[in-house]
Amino acid sequence: MIRAQDLTKVYQMGDNEVRALDGASFTINKGEMIAIMGPSGSGKSTLMSIIGCLDVPSSGKYSLDDVSVETLDESKLAEVRGRKIGFVFQQFNLLARTSALENVMLPLTYAGYSGREREDRARKALERVGLGDRTHHAPNELSGGQQQRVAIARAIVNEPNILLADEPTGALDSKTGVEIMDLFQRLHKENGQTVILVTHDSYVARHTERIIKISDGKIVSDEVNLDPIKAGTPRVER
Amino acid sequence: MLFSENFKIALRALRANKMRSVLTILGIVIGVATVVALLSIGNGATASITDSIQSGGSNLLTISPGRQQTAMPGMGQSQTASYLYYSDYELLERTLTGEITSIVPLYQSSYTVKFGDESFTSPISGVMEDHAQARSFTVMDGRFITDGDSKSLSRVAVLGSTVADDLFGTLSPLGQTVSINGVKFEVVGLLESEGSSIGSPDDIIYVPLETGYAKLFGDTANHNGKKTLNSILVSVTSSDNMDAVSAQAEYILRRAHELKPTEEVDFNVMSQSDTLETLNTVTQTLTIFLGAIAGISLLVGGIGIMNIMLVSVTERTKEIGLRKAVGATKNQILTQFLIETVTLSLLGGLVGILLGIGIALAFSVTGLINSVITMDSILLAFFFALAIGIFFGIYPALRAATLHPMVALRYE
Repeated sequence: MIRAQDLTKVYQMGDNEVRALDGASFTINKGEMIAIMGPSGSGKSTLMSIIGCLDVPSSGKYSLDDVSVETLDESKLAEVRGRKIGFVFQQFNLLARTSALENVMLPLTYAGYSGREREDRARKALERVGLGDRTHHAPNELSGGQQQRVAIARAIVNEPNILLADEPTGALDSKTGVEIMDLFQRLHKENGQTVILVTHDSYVARHTERIIKISDGKIVSDEVNLDPIKAGTPRVER
Repeated sequence: MLFSENFKIALRALRANKMRSVLTILGIVIGVATVVALLSIGNGATASITDSIQSGGSNLLTISPGRQQTAMPGMGQSQTASYLYYSDYELLERTLTGEITSIVPLYQSSYTVKFGDESFTSPISGVMEDHAQARSFTVMDGRFITDGDSKSLSRVAVLGSTVADDLFGTLSPLGQTVSINGVKFEVVGLLESEGSSIGSPDDIIYVPLETGYAKLFGDTANHNGKKTLNSILVSVTSSDNMDAVSAQAEYILRRAHELKPTEEVDFNVMSQSDTLETLNTVTQTLTIFLGAIAGISLLVGGIGIMNIMLVSVTERTKEIGLRKAVGATKNQILTQFLIETVTLSLLGGLVGILLGIGIALAFSVTGLINSVITMDSILLAFFFALAIGIFFGIYPALRAATLHPMVALRYE
């Protein structure tokens, strides 16, 4: 359960103040699959970093499962990130020369799980994304789609409340992109996983049930998408 | 997060850039190797000097001409040459009443020595019969110089083992005739080797003192018509009596040299322990000096490690961002990079210690200096490397730890 109220974020760039977020308010319930959409420079990345507890707002209130995040210090924020949020990035951000299994184990390492439990959980996560047979491959031995699957396995291994994906198909060809979207939809349907997609691509956004549009740091629309695209169906422009 | 996991991460990161890691630790390797090798060689040198001086008889006082070395040279003092005379020896022998076993004079100078085709310059010592006993020499073959030789001005010589080898090789030297500065001497004795240390008789040819004055040393051994000496050796019964005998000798010689009470003495009375102290001071100073140089190279190596770690932090900005995103705290990132730096410097330290021991052993094997490898020097080098790793690792690790996760993730 996410509650954001009047969020602002102001960056100091030399002499200029940049208001990357300017009074954004919204609520996201557990189990929703939503998209945050906007052109580059709209403030969607800033919003994503605040939702993901990578940053705190300059003013406004943000609470995650009734915990006020803006009051937390750096190490508490790190703990919240580790337990409650799974990140998926456009460029996968896997550790090079490190096997898929060990990449997936990384969040568990910081969360303090024992070696045995880490490996079991990481294996299960890889099986859930369909890479049970690729555990010992390093990122450079995997295709882009497979790498993104490893990244998704890493994001869900801690069983986080929120799966936060930043342009997850941006670096993939359209066919692989569809597979990844299908995976997100599956995780959402099968486990009731909250999924938040941050994207500039309306086609990707229309795979979700709710679309929040942001422009110049303000939320300009927040609509329910009654007819989400099912991943894999042919692309039709409306 | 466990130390061993951080260590594994560190090793993986270092393996990823093998060449760079090797080059980075080179500074520490060289620094540590130098520290270990220098300390071992220094210890060895000190031990061998101590050994050789003590083997020369620990109750020996050496009186030699020259002012005490305490005053600053050339500071308003007239640096006139000073002499020790044969008459001083005679006076001391007559009047020294302390607990002494023997007192012997010595005149030494270098001359060309020839036998057959062999020819080289060697120190020649004019001595009396008691010399062998005062210096505790062992005669291996034949006999030592006797007082009879001196009285009759016999042209006889006793050779140190190295000189004998150089001159005669495998030939037996006894009974052979050698030419010293053109004067023929018959070899009557051969000394046992005492090893190549300071004051060793191995490189010296001994002749009767009187024969030397009469036929060899000539005018150089004369000053104002008096026969001069290089030194007078006083063998004291026990080390407890050294100070008393030394004071008495100084008193007698002051009177003989007609020095006013305010004047400084123009001779030196040195005991073995004085010599030892002086030499130890010298070797210690040298060891500290060389150690400091090695320390500087360790410091430079540390700066090199810091430089590379800063580069590494910049290169791995995205990795740091990712680690923070999946829940790594500031402290965990700090520890990870600190352990990486410490691992680098410790690796350098270990390789350096092995290399240093190798160098020290090489010195021993080639017989240059019998180096003594002590645990102290190894521990010193190890902990110095560790300290360098921590000291120079903190700054790059702090840089990594304080990176903003969002900025780090977006870094290109």
